Amino acid sequence: MTMTTEQTEAGGSSSQPPRPPSSPPALSPVELSRWAWRQLTSMRTALVLLFLLALASVPGSVIPQRNIDAVKVANFQDRHGHLAPVYEKLGLFDVFGSVWFSAVYILLMISLVGCIVPRLRIYWRGMRAAPPRVPRHLGRLPESRTFELDEDPDVVLAHARAVLRKKRYRVVGHEDDALSAERGYLREAGNLLFHVSVLVVLVGFAYGQLFGFKGGVVTVVGQDFSNSLSQYDDFSPGRMFDPDHLSPLSIKVDDFHVKFLTSGPQMGQPESFDADITYRTRPDAAPQKHDLAVNHPLSVPGTSVFLVGHGYAPVVTVKDGDGKVAYQGPVVFLPMDASFMSSGVVKVPYAAPEQLGFEGFFFPTYGYTSTTGPFSQFPDKLDPVLSLTPSHGDLGLGLGQSQSVYSLNMKNMEYFPSSDPKKLGPNARIKLSPGDTVQLPDNMGSIRFDRVDRWVKLQVSNSPGKGIALSGVLLAIVGLMGSLFIRPRRAWVRVTRRDPLDGDADGTRRTVVELAGLDRSSGGDLASEIDELERLVQKSETPKEHA
Amino acid sequence: MSTAEFAAFSDNAIMFASIVYVLAFLAHLTEWVFLRSVPVPAQEREPALVGASAEVSEPGVALATGGSDNSGNAEERVELWGRIGLALTVVGCLLHFGGLLTRGLASDPVRVPWGNMYEFTLAGTFGVSLMYLVLMKRYHLRWMGVAVTGFLVVVLMLDQLVLYQDAGPLVPALHSYWLVIHVLAAIVASGAFATGALALGLFLVKDRATRRGKIRPGGYLTRLPSLEALERVGYRLNAFGFPIWTFAALVAGPIWAEYAWGSYWNWDPKEVWAFITWVIYAAYLHARATAGWKGKAASVIALVGFASLLFNFVGINFFFGAGSLHSYSGG
Ligand code: HEM
Repeated sequence: MTMTTEQTEAGGSSSQPPRPPSSPPALSPVELSRWAWRQLTSMRTALVLLFLLALASVPGSVIPQRNIDAVKVANFQDRHGHLAPVYEKLGLFDVFGSVWFSAVYILLMISLVGCIVPRLRIYWRGMRAAPPRVPRHLGRLPESRTFELDEDPDVVLAHARAVLRKKRYRVVGHEDDALSAERGYLREAGNLLFHVSVLVVLVGFAYGQLFGFKGGVVTVVGQDFSNSLSQYDDFSPGRMFDPDHLSPLSIKVDDFHVKFLTSGPQMGQPESFDADITYRTRPDAAPQKHDLAVNHPLSVPGTSVFLVGHGYAPVVTVKDGDGKVAYQGPVVFLPMDASFMSSGVVKVPYAAPEQLGFEGFFFPTYGYTSTTGPFSQFPDKLDPVLSLTPSHGDLGLGLGQSQSVYSLNMKNMEYFPSSDPKKLGPNARIKLSPGDTVQLPDNMGSIRFDRVDRWVKLQVSNSPGKGIALSGVLLAIVGLMGSLFIRPRRAWVRVTRRDPLDGDADGTRRTVVELAGLDRSSGGDLASEIDELERLVQKSETPKEHA
Repeated sequence: MSTAEFAAFSDNAIMFASIVYVLAFLAHLTEWVFLRSVPVPAQEREPALVGASAEVSEPGVALATGGSDNSGNAEERVELWGRIGLALTVVGCLLHFGGLLTRGLASDPVRVPWGNMYEFTLAGTFGVSLMYLVLMKRYHLRWMGVAVTGFLVVVLMLDQLVLYQDAGPLVPALHSYWLVIHVLAAIVASGAFATGALALGLFLVKDRATRRGKIRPGGYLTRLPSLEALERVGYRLNAFGFPIWTFAALVAGPIWAEYAWGSYWNWDPKEVWAFITWVIYAAYLHARATAGWKGKAASVIALVGFASLLFNFVGINFFFGAGSLHSYSGG
């Protein structure tokens, strides 16, 4: 079937008003799908889809995204009760995994394939074809020059051929008196390579997204971590990820070092931090040591481990009303700012007669002014202080709901009243330095601040396909440079002998040279190229020809 | 010298560089004022193209006018002030470089001078300045002098007033040679995009004025290269920047992110906007090759691309602050 839609339209009934060119003419399904395919693979559609892709990404940077920061999403949902369900439906909390985002890039991919395949075919043919014949009217081309030389036409033509060769043109003489030349075949190859590579990158990226995973785990120094789902604080698997494929890695964090700048304008900024770890790639493997630092991850087959954060874990001992130890151990506090003032809670469900809870702040280097209240002067633990608000009652842990370990559910909990409500506020507050013990009122128990440990946050991930994506981008760049910087050009030369005119000084016959060029890309400065060719052809001595 | 002395030296050098750029700007303004009294060449071959033929490609003549003899005096003055402006820009660029270098030396251990917003802007403007001086001869950019020096003056002032931060070492996430590569590439690409946007912006202005027949003879617009040449220079600068941006945003950035944060692409706001910028510039290159879009429409897309680049650089840090993993923004 060779009839095109344009012909059909042109031949359509003239009584109908002309359709806007973009609306599908009423055609058979085959023709309709052809029409749709041509629309989809047109340059204009590619342009529109690229715009849509850019536009579709914008919400992903403005609205909190679940896979980046689930806590922020939760906060957002709390604040915008009405909007949140709508956003949820539209997938705005997971833009890059949403249906509409996928739709845009899948359409772009289809359009890309539909665009590349025919171009590859055309290129393959064009590659082997000789430069086109000399147009009859060279003067009508975008750039043309006419000048006269004394030499014979054959000499001029041979010289022009040499000049063009030297300038890396492919030259043929279809006729005796003229030359066709073309250069820059690699530009289209570069362009095709670029577009194919874009596909490769997307395949590599999608593969990683589908089969990879990323998880975070907070581990207190001295403790260990083994790679199974239950150990993670947060875990985001790819859609096709199989948890059975987690590598049986285990890690013990032996020690952690951090150095903060102690002077200068950026005092308090971390200078370096790193963790000494011992790991086994499988339970029966020999332990190995590694120094884990930012920019120095641990990579074992199928898994990489990164040090992404650190903080303090005060170690406390809580005794209940009966004098029994109800809790003993480190409690992870999360840093709130660069001074490492941190917040956290201690939950003591095994205390009697009532469950106990403590919420408050940890200050690595305690400071106080009446205007600021308590604050941390320096991020290192020079004068650590724990400031807690104790409460008693029912922590609400038994209900089978999961609860954040960083906040208390105060529904059935009650604060202890303070001894001097006027000066100190309504609730009792406890301030502890390492070694201090404080008794709670009403014989509810006591809390002791034993010492300060540190924790590190490890990010464990696997992104398969990243090699593919990386080589794809690198190839894309190579292709792009070819596509952008190679200037495909055609040039033609025609020589004609003319008889002497009256005005000629010595009455000899002269050779008229016509030189013309066409720029097949859109960026070249054709005029100066043709000027240059003109200059070279006019020069009498022949440049050395490349073999 | 101690780090504190280097830091002080750097601050002074940048201050003097700004002052010298101001002088360069004034010199170029003077140049344009004198140009008013020089008649525009009748011939339609534009100044930028005159310089293009090999024999006359001396940078000084790029702006030179058709050469009618009664205006010889004014022409000489134009030439003189143009050269003064250029010479001052070179001096400013050297001072700028000195300031950047000593900024790096002002930290113990020595580091690359683009660890925070102040320094990134310092380096980015240096990129623009250098790019202009280097490409000036090749692309005949002499007409850009006023615009470039004006741009440098404004941005450097803002940088010192709004973004200034004391010198010091980097946060650990930035301890990586991929940082050097990533940011260097981003700076070079931004420099090219900025210069490209300048050319295309002027192209759009001149295009509009031409269409409305509002071009004042002898004014700035008539002295610009032809519409076609302006558009082409803008395209070439953007085309030069695009592969470098691709490398910065899609190769060096992800590799660094992989080392520092454990995954090569996080859809962090900075990354999203680097990607958006990339897509828009890809759209620009497409549009320029699409019938009916080349020229005005394509140039508008390039300017949108540049706006998104700027937004990524300035806006993201202000709007998202700590929310972005690229936390060096705050210091
Ligand atoms: C993922 C989507 C795409 C991206 C990122 C992309 C990017 C680019 C870039 C950067 C260029 C500039 C190279 C140059 O000017 O030589 C280009 C050129 C080109 N693209 Fe695409 N493209 C995409 C999809 C498509 C599609 C779907 C088509 C088919 C309609 C297409 C057809 C072309 C053509 C024909 C050129 C050559 C333009 C010229 O002659 O200068 N592209 N593309």
